[in-house]
Amino acid sequence: MTEQLVLSTGEAVLFWVLAPLMVLGALALLFARRPVHIAVSIAGVMVALAVLYIALEAPFLGVAQVVVYTGAVMMLFLFVIMLVGVDSTESLTETLAGQRWIAIVGGLGLVALTIAIVTRATFASPVGLEAANADTNPVGVARLIFGDYVFPFELTAALLITAALGALVLSHRRRLGPKRGQRETVEKKLATFAESGSATAVVSAPGPGVYARTNSADMPALAASGETLDASVTTVLRVRGQVLRDEEAAAQTGRVAMIASGAPVFDTTDEAQLEDETSEIEATATESEGAEGAEGADPAGSDHADRDDAGDSSPETDEGDER
Amino acid sequence: MTPPTVPVLASAGADFSADSIGLVFIKAAAILVFLLLSVLFALWFERRIIGRFQQRLGPNVRGPFGLVQSIPDALKLLLKEDITVKGADKVIYRIAPMISVFCAFMIFAIIPFGPAVQIPFTDIVTPLQLTDLPVSVLYFLGIAGLGVYGIVLGGWSSGSTYPLLGSVRSTAQVISYELAMSLSLVSVLIVAGSMSTSEIVNSQTQLWWSVALAPAFVIYLISMTGEVNRLPFDLPEAEGELVAGYTTEYSSMKFAWFFLAEYINMLNVSAIATTLFMGGWRAPWPLSAINDGMFNEGWWPLLWFLIKLWGFMFFFVWLRATLLRFRYDQFMNLGWKVLIPVALAWVVGVAVIQGVRQFTDISLQTLLFALAGALVLFAVVLLLIPEKKPAADGAAGTAGGSGTPGSGTPADAKAEAFDAFAGGYPVPPLPGQSLPPSPRRAKVTAPADAGPATDKENTDG
Repeated sequence: MTEQLVLSTGEAVLFWVLAPLMVLGALALLFARRPVHIAVSIAGVMVALAVLYIALEAPFLGVAQVVVYTGAVMMLFLFVIMLVGVDSTESLTETLAGQRWIAIVGGLGLVALTIAIVTRATFASPVGLEAANADTNPVGVARLIFGDYVFPFELTAALLITAALGALVLSHRRRLGPKRGQRETVEKKLATFAESGSATAVVSAPGPGVYARTNSADMPALAASGETLDASVTTVLRVRGQVLRDEEAAAQTGRVAMIASGAPVFDTTDEAQLEDETSEIEATATESEGAEGAEGADPAGSDHADRDDAGDSSPETDEGDER
Repeated sequence: MTPPTVPVLASAGADFSADSIGLVFIKAAAILVFLLLSVLFALWFERRIIGRFQQRLGPNVRGPFGLVQSIPDALKLLLKEDITVKGADKVIYRIAPMISVFCAFMIFAIIPFGPAVQIPFTDIVTPLQLTDLPVSVLYFLGIAGLGVYGIVLGGWSSGSTYPLLGSVRSTAQVISYELAMSLSLVSVLIVAGSMSTSEIVNSQTQLWWSVALAPAFVIYLISMTGEVNRLPFDLPEAEGELVAGYTTEYSSMKFAWFFLAEYINMLNVSAIATTLFMGGWRAPWPLSAINDGMFNEGWWPLLWFLIKLWGFMFFFVWLRATLLRFRYDQFMNLGWKVLIPVALAWVVGVAVIQGVRQFTDISLQTLLFALAGALVLFAVVLLLIPEKKPAADGAAGTAGGSGTPGSGTPADAKAEAFDAFAGGYPVPPLPGQSLPPSPRRAKVTAPADAGPATDKENTDG
């Protein structure tokens, strides 16, 4: 369009480096499977576009492109995509009947409209960058936006605000009951405690794992009485049936006890030796438990106690220990 | 890294027209070295100062004052095993730390370290600044927004729950605090009449904007802490809740990139605060008046810039040593319900005043006097409005049980026996009430030789 279009070597190099990258990014938009990859490639295209704008001496446009589109709009897209489906790939089934035809018709209409407008529009002769950027580029842009095009600019602003308000109104949910803050929650908990007298109303649920044996999430905690506490394992694991069973726990406990006693531990599980070792330790453990007597159910004291043992003894100690 | 063609600025800003390509490369390398050394120094600085705050010494063994402690620490970090998580999205997992660190390095390109100086042993005169754009401040905001991609993608690509939660938090955090931050910067842009950093420094010859635009400065201070994920706003990597947030699955060099980016980002926001609010490289007031502004010329300004920069770094450490982490909802409430409305109102106010100055003949003095008059009038009107009568029981109980409405008068409280199980569950005594003597106390004090000790206890307590 301009007759004095001069491309310096630097600009040419920049263009030929960025342009293939941008085309790749744009193609990724069409062909990448994971939504996050698509979002990232669009962001890359936008940044490259911004660099080109700046190279063409339109720094305001370039930086605004990064701030608005890459920094805000694309980030929100990414945010939603991440939350909606972390690992989801694009679903190619059509959920809306006939949407493809509607989209084609709409697209054709848009193309026709654009062609009609562009072919009829008359362009003023370009004034050149010197004149456009006479008092710095942002001032030139500001003159145009807030001078010549102030009406469309304000209309766009009104449109955006309407959209934001609409989203707020549509997603607004009427409160069904009174608001429950921290204070109300605490009062309710304490009232429950006062009524029922059970400490579980005010104390948080026990965590999984047994002190000095294993801290894995699938190992139910032991109560002071020695019984396993199902509530300590998350519901997910309980429903899936992945809670550590007693015999596995016993094997693990035996191994831990072996390590604790300083006996040599072998990585290849030699069944015979393992059994040998555990039975020996069991013997010492029962001895020490006998010496400790009633305090054997204390989790710290029953470190060496075999799990089977604890499980067996729980029904008896139950009644003795509760209050 | 930087755009190749920079339009020549108006006379007010720094002039880069004499810079050769070689000089630009030297400046860029100098900035790189400066940033890396600053990060090493910042690690030592933070640990020493936190140590002081916590009544201990901090690292003091390696080198003078423990200064080189950071080097073995950094080497240890780099020599660790580099683990790539099996469930990770490999490409993005590797790119994410790079995005973070590249964006962090880009900001200092527009920071003016000083005015035009003569390079020693040559006759080259050049500004102590890599480059300047007519939109420098927007450039800072844009790059800061881009840097978040590193955190977000790093958290997502790890394919694990805690990193994802960390990255989601960080997105929400940075987006909300960047709004408040840009609004506070807008008021500086309005009064300075430019977005170029060197021109903004020049506009602070008379008065620093941190004084003239104090509310904007305060908002910037708060939002910059939120922007760089430092305590009390370090929710993306809250170790009590999210292990290490978005960096949980990163190790060795890849973690080091994130770490580096975090510290450089602290330097970045500090440098922006210095440039936009604290007069940039200009000497503070009593010094600037000495000998016709001798301290504002030559290489002196570099010193003032660094002092101010590290003042802000100290502020970060101070905050970390003093404040606890916010809860997430409190943090969002602060951002959206306090900072953004206040910043918005402030920007509108500044714009109106600036508009009146620009388009009418009223001088700034008369305008400010008129505003002060209006404020005084408002205060007087507020004084004249009769104080709202407090609720009946509140007025009665102000003497003893302040802050406990419904506790009755102090006399009543003394008279009424303290019910340790009021409402059905154990409660402490309210102000004005006293505990009944404990039935167990007699048992404790029963042994003969314990008598005097408990007496002493009583007098001490």
